Amino acid sequence: MNNEPLAIPTMAEMAAQGKEPEILFWVGCAGSFDERARKITRDICKILHHVGISYAVLGTEENCTGDPAKRAGNEFLFQMQAMMNIQVLDGYNIKKIVTGCPHCFNTIKNEYPGVGGNYEVIHHTQLIQQLINDGKLKAEGGESFKGKRITYHDPCYLGRGNDVYEAPRAALEILDTELVEMKRCKSNGLCCGAGGAQMFKEPEPGKKDINMERIADVIEAKAQVVAAACPFCMTMLTDGVKNQDKEQEIKVLDIAEITARANGL
Amino acid sequence: MIAQIIFIIILGAAIYQFSKNVAKIRRNILLGKDTNRKDQPGLRWTVMAKIALGQTKMVKRPVAAVMHFFIYVGFIIINLEVLEIMIDGVFGSHRIFANPLGGLYGFLIGAFEVLAVLVLTACIVFLCRRNVIHLKRFTGTEMTQWPKSDANYILITEILLMTAFLTMNAADYKLQLLHFGHYVSAGSFPVSSLLAPLLPDGASALVITERVCWWFHIVGILCFLNYLPYSKHFHILLAFPNTYYSNLNAKGKFTNMASVTNEVKAMLDPSYIPENTGEPGRFGAKDVTDLTWKNLMEAYTCTECGRCTYVCPANITGKLLSPRKIMMDTRDRITEIGNNIDKHGKDHQDGKSLLDNYISREELWACTSCNACVEACPVNINPLEIITEMRRYIVMEESQAPASLNNMFSNVENNGAPWKYSQADRFNWAEEQ
Ligand code: SF4
Ligand code: SF4
Repeated sequence: MNNEPLAIPTMAEMAAQGKEPEILFWVGCAGSFDERARKITRDICKILHHVGISYAVLGTEENCTGDPAKRAGNEFLFQMQAMMNIQVLDGYNIKKIVTGCPHCFNTIKNEYPGVGGNYEVIHHTQLIQQLINDGKLKAEGGESFKGKRITYHDPCYLGRGNDVYEAPRAALEILDTELVEMKRCKSNGLCCGAGGAQMFKEPEPGKKDINMERIADVIEAKAQVVAAACPFCMTMLTDGVKNQDKEQEIKVLDIAEITARANGL
Repeated sequence: MIAQIIFIIILGAAIYQFSKNVAKIRRNILLGKDTNRKDQPGLRWTVMAKIALGQTKMVKRPVAAVMHFFIYVGFIIINLEVLEIMIDGVFGSHRIFANPLGGLYGFLIGAFEVLAVLVLTACIVFLCRRNVIHLKRFTGTEMTQWPKSDANYILITEILLMTAFLTMNAADYKLQLLHFGHYVSAGSFPVSSLLAPLLPDGASALVITERVCWWFHIVGILCFLNYLPYSKHFHILLAFPNTYYSNLNAKGKFTNMASVTNEVKAMLDPSYIPENTGEPGRFGAKDVTDLTWKNLMEAYTCTECGRCTYVCPANITGKLLSPRKIMMDTRDRITEIGNNIDKHGKDHQDGKSLLDNYISREELWACTSCNACVEACPVNINPLEIITEMRRYIVMEESQAPASLNNMFSNVENNGAPWKYSQADRFNWAEEQ
């Protein structure tokens, strides 16, 4: 493993040097602040470095996209955030964005155009799929996932929300693992319980929490690794696994982490 | 002659009554706000052909799909037969298509009979699923007395209508064998010929049986037609326009409220002159009239099948939310408003609203906006849009969001993140190993 500190380029630095990167990496709030998600953020950067894509992040100039406000019904706050972000993005003349969060992905891709922000937006799993297809990423030189039972949890805002089902699976298929599907998957996938701003409130009263229901699917599929592609799903799934005392048997890993590990990054 | 006059009167009354009720539903739907669903007609026709005509979303549940398909095809095709009955009824003829169609007629009648048996089978299976097996999807708090009996009435009526049709044909078949009166040999009767031995042998008894069944069949159909506007069975008509006007955007894309855009632009840039977006109205939806006509059309299209509720993560884990109930409440409320208008005039206020009187806040806050309900609905209904609109009202008009969400809002506003972290720490991750 390469332990040198990564130098993460920011848009401000790039602009100061008169450069424009090919792609902006939109990190998102979870990717910036959540301890677990920060590791994934760094893995995405490692992948970008590894394949030599010129990229940059906004760093402290980035702001919440407004997704949780919008899903909770606060359209004012959402549009304020959107318009401020669009000002920053357009100020740097950004055309193409990759993000590790399906919520940021959905919001910038689908809802920003309505308030004047037009960008080509892809999710990191789509970038990984492209890199694999172009032969730039292999799954060599790192940890072997061979023979492991891996299942993939579809984030609602990537899958049902935007019909991205194949890209994350393509990233797992090259690992030579045993990819198993849960009984509820793809367009029938079950929510992790965090969407629609639920992440930021206590769940309403009920029989159980949604992530517990979801973990039962993972356990039923007898998966050793459950692959996530969303920082919120990551939190919910990890909590679920902990709650069931299955931390030894089941690992929750993001597609970016798996890819970085498989390539020895 | 008298029979013809009676028939024409019944037919006219049935059509009049039906159009009146349909017009009422149309009026109610148009009480909703405008939304543009007229773009891309080509794609819209395709969606309708696939989802409504082709039933592509039904196949996810194979048993229901096959049974539903029988009833659906039966319904469409048997309309041809009803056409003949109407003409015969008005002109006093008997099996008017028999001569002109010749061999084809025989084939058609045979096909109708087979379909009738399939419809009968499907109805019996459906009745069992609801009343004997007690399938989970057909229970739930919103499945109270009326929705339950509504479903049973529909199935029983269809069984009666099909039985009458087959008995009528059996009597006709026997009369044909007797070469009685105008009952000249017409068609082939693969199913009803098997029933023939059960009927009396005397010609007059057979004529009575045939006539009684004929009247029962057609009057039954006309009554059923008039039952539709009061029933979830109305979906057989609305499924078509409802899928035509489907949302064609990605499911994750929520509407951007134009009225808010104006205010936000003015806030960010004091020199901005707002565009005129018409009357200001209310933010979000408190009552059904704050929803769009499409939301209301969906409410009248809902077949109460519960596929949405069955996949709803909130519902699965025992929370109060049921997307089917959202749709049923919306329909009940708009119907109530419509009835108020009929009784007390256009401006009558009954002091009630969809929020609180029908749908509780606890239901609304349980939604994860996962779109599972939208995906599952066989006729492209979107309960999530109604939920979101109502959340908008609670948050923007009432400022009554749950306290934890208000914290999140102020964090986003002040720190640019939903958590209480400083903006300056946003890039700290870059320093880590
Ligand atoms: S979007 Fe909301 S109502 Fe629909 S299935 Fe998901 S949680 Fe339930
Ligand atoms: S909204 Fe759709 S899925 Fe839900 S009960 Fe109505 S018809 Fe069925």
